[in-house]
Amino acid sequence: MIELNQFLILSALLFSIGVIGIFLNRKNVIIILMSIEIILLAVNINLVSFSYFLNDLTGQIFSLFVLTVAAAEAAIGLAILVIYNRNAGSIEIEKINTLKG
Amino acid sequence: MSISLLTFYLFSAILLLSSLMVISTKNPVHSVLFLILAFLNAAGIFVILHAEFLAMILIIVYVGAVAVLFLFVVMMLDFKTSLGKDNILQYMPIGLLIGLVFIAELVIVLINTRLDLSNIQILSNPLDNFSGQSNTEAIGSILYTNYVLYFQLSGVILLVAMVGSIVLTLRDREGVKRQIVSEQVDREGKIELVDVKSGEGVDI
Repeated sequence: MIELNQFLILSALLFSIGVIGIFLNRKNVIIILMSIEIILLAVNINLVSFSYFLNDLTGQIFSLFVLTVAAAEAAIGLAILVIYNRNAGSIEIEKINTLKG
Repeated sequence: MSISLLTFYLFSAILLLSSLMVISTKNPVHSVLFLILAFLNAAGIFVILHAEFLAMILIIVYVGAVAVLFLFVVMMLDFKTSLGKDNILQYMPIGLLIGLVFIAELVIVLINTRLDLSNIQILSNPLDNFSGQSNTEAIGSILYTNYVLYFQLSGVILLVAMVGSIVLTLRDREGVKRQIVSEQVDREGKIELVDVKSGEGVDI
């Protein structure tokens, strides 16, 4: 029998990997978008595991909505990435400093 | 060790390793492929958790749509990859510090506490109401009754995302010949009506 804590530790590790990915990566924005996807996946695992161990279906419904928002966010993020690449010629994070004070 | 525990360890090990590879490979295409592997293993974990519908949705939506969208963008934009290594080393300490603090906090809390969920009485959609129904039927029966407003709102979110990304990426190129339908079917001033006398005809 798998315990709840094992799923929670798994999702905590996955979340931390996503956060590390955001901080560590300085080459291109697309890896950061993927890290955000990983973070949302960790949240979904959390929701679904609580839904299973509470015998309640609400977590899965909520997870469905998180999935929807994640898909929309990926589409908008990639569109912004495409036009940024078209305008600036590169998507390196080091060079994205237009708004730097 | 039961079969389900073994599969859980297998899926979670591959999930964690592939997500580590997502953030550490140099080639963005490899990152996207490892992201797909991570999603597939997360779908396996959802199946272990008896959320079959969400597992299939994860495969269809994430692997079939989102990851392929990432792959399209990575392959269509020509990124200049593999810069020097000094960039990575510059941000390694702060990144690892924040990551390790996250991991330590979460894992220490989770190891030291045991959540007792047996006497929680605030369930809004207990699974006992859906005995004999499959997971998909149960989700559908409450998604389209109790949560129909949120369902519609998520549809609006997707519509806004679709319109937004089309508007963002649409551009007018110079010198492209387009079909102008109104001009094509316009007969104003291009038709001449002639009153033809009978027996004489008309010169064209």
